[in-house]
Amino acid sequence: MSITELNKAQTEKLLEVNDLKMHFPVKGGFFKRTIGAVKAVDGVSFDIKKGETLGLVGESGCGKSTTGRSILRLLDPTDGEVLFNGEDITKLTGKRLRDIRQDIQMVFQDPYASLNPMQMVGDIVSEPIKNYHKNRKGEELKAEVMDLLTRVGLPEDAYYKYAHEFSGGQRQRIGIARALALKPKLIIADEPVSALDVSVQSQVLNLLNELQDEFDLTYLFIAHDLSVVKHMSDRIGVMYLGNIMEVANKSSIYAEPLHPYTQALISAVPDASKIGQKRERIVLEGDVPSPENPPSGCPFHTRCPKAMDECSKTKPQLKEVKPGQHVACLLYE
Amino acid sequence: MLKYTLRRLLGMIPMLLLISIVVFFLALAMPGDPFSGEIDPNNTDPEYIEEMREKLGYNDPIHVQYYDWITGFVQGDFGKSVKYKIPVSDLVAQRLPNTLFLGIMSLVITYCFAFAMGMTAGRKPYTKLDHFIGGFNYMMLAIPSYIAGVFAIYFFSFQLGWFPFNGSVNIAVDEGTLDWWLSKVYHTFLPALVLGAMGTASYTQFLRNDIIDNSNKDFVRTARAKGTPESRIYNHHILRNSVIPLITFLGFDLVSLVNGALITETIFTYPGLGQLFLTSVQASDYPTLMTLTLMFSFIVLVGNLIADILYGIVDPRIRID
Repeated sequence: MSITELNKAQTEKLLEVNDLKMHFPVKGGFFKRTIGAVKAVDGVSFDIKKGETLGLVGESGCGKSTTGRSILRLLDPTDGEVLFNGEDITKLTGKRLRDIRQDIQMVFQDPYASLNPMQMVGDIVSEPIKNYHKNRKGEELKAEVMDLLTRVGLPEDAYYKYAHEFSGGQRQRIGIARALALKPKLIIADEPVSALDVSVQSQVLNLLNELQDEFDLTYLFIAHDLSVVKHMSDRIGVMYLGNIMEVANKSSIYAEPLHPYTQALISAVPDASKIGQKRERIVLEGDVPSPENPPSGCPFHTRCPKAMDECSKTKPQLKEVKPGQHVACLLYE
Repeated sequence: MLKYTLRRLLGMIPMLLLISIVVFFLALAMPGDPFSGEIDPNNTDPEYIEEMREKLGYNDPIHVQYYDWITGFVQGDFGKSVKYKIPVSDLVAQRLPNTLFLGIMSLVITYCFAFAMGMTAGRKPYTKLDHFIGGFNYMMLAIPSYIAGVFAIYFFSFQLGWFPFNGSVNIAVDEGTLDWWLSKVYHTFLPALVLGAMGTASYTQFLRNDIIDNSNKDFVRTARAKGTPESRIYNHHILRNSVIPLITFLGFDLVSLVNGALITETIFTYPGLGQLFLTSVQASDYPTLMTLTLMFSFIVLVGNLIADILYGIVDPRIRID
């Protein structure tokens, strides 16, 4: 690939998410009427270019996983649009919806619960192929599945075993093989390593990196572990309470975080090279507000060390503050 | 698996021995003896009665009587029915096929209804249809089988005339022909329906709850994410996980079928083991009574064993050895 082609491929947007909202109704009272909504995702926008990895970080409950699931339409988003290759997929139904899942696949968080305990590994991995390509079956399909299994580092005889016979890391490899089976363009990895112990985490992350080159994949990588995200991503989006606070290249976000929340997050990452030195940590006060009743204005203003009066009134929009670095903060208006 | 089964079967021996002692003493504790109904003490020489009692061993010490009975029993000699005057083994052999036929047919009816209703209700929970199925089932569960049996006879036999209300087969038809089998099914249908309706409610609600439970599992989300059609998700991924608890029911069903058969067979005057049991209680027919009680206990134990083994076969995570 020449430099110009590379540049073109890099700038081509594979996925574009515009103002995505996912509100879950809260029912209460005797007649179970809707009395409110949990605003899990409240107006999220970002895009992913072909071949890159966008990391999505944030603390528990900030809507990272919900964003991922809404993109794949495992949840029906309340509002907003998701453009995949330029086509809005939020309104698709029936066969068209199933077709889009050929191109977008997901690796799930919990490798223990997300595999059917009643199916052999071979069936788990071959099912997506059978779902879309009815003509592929028999020995040919089996060879293909075995090939996939060896590619993700599992023995071939795994084909005839059940998921419970494997360790957590191996199960996640099964999940990855399953996601790869249809040769998707985009893989949404929803905290793929958070259930694994540290030594296995790096193996799985490296596998994901190798597969990205080999199968020409684009990743949306969701995690809460900043060092994992740093290892994996080209660009990073920081989420807080259903909103994106900052999106930027990995290098700029770690070198010079602009949003106060990002600054606090990054100051909390332990750094082995600075052992013994006094670190300057930004400690946030208080708890994350309830997404059922988010604060007015900037969602972060209740805990922000640099909050101004204005912050509780106006909700800041994402704005390009430096080249490639978008921030939603009134400090930079 | 084989080792496990053998071990469990061996473990049954002391249990059955204990049950046999209980059965034996319960039979002894009943007032009167087989002669009280059969021989008129005013017309018969008391010495003759005494002679007969002596001959049959009723005057021996209790432990000797028990020993005589149990040694004969394990050798396959169940004794001779006092009421029918034929060996109990022959009597049981005559009645057993009828009871088996009734049991199998009622199970089939239970499964058909329960799967149809459970899968419908589980797929669309908390809808009107689901509530209707639930309400209907609990109503059926609340009606005792002797009431349901009487109502079934009244409506289907007397009012509508669709089904016969007694017997197990039309005796005018030659045994073994197709007509004979059809007549058997025709005669068995109504008692089987009443017997099967009892189990349907629990099957349906269990299946429904399990389907709802499983449809929220992570692996179902995985199946959806890999583009599996909704019907396959329900019929394959969810159902296969949801039948496990039902399979274990099958063993216990054997037990409830035996219990249910006692009442249902009597109401429908269906010549099976349940009816035989009741008549032998009335006639103080010790040999038949004890044989049947031991047999029913054995069925209960075997039913539980079957449940455990089936569990191992259906759920690959459970391997018994």
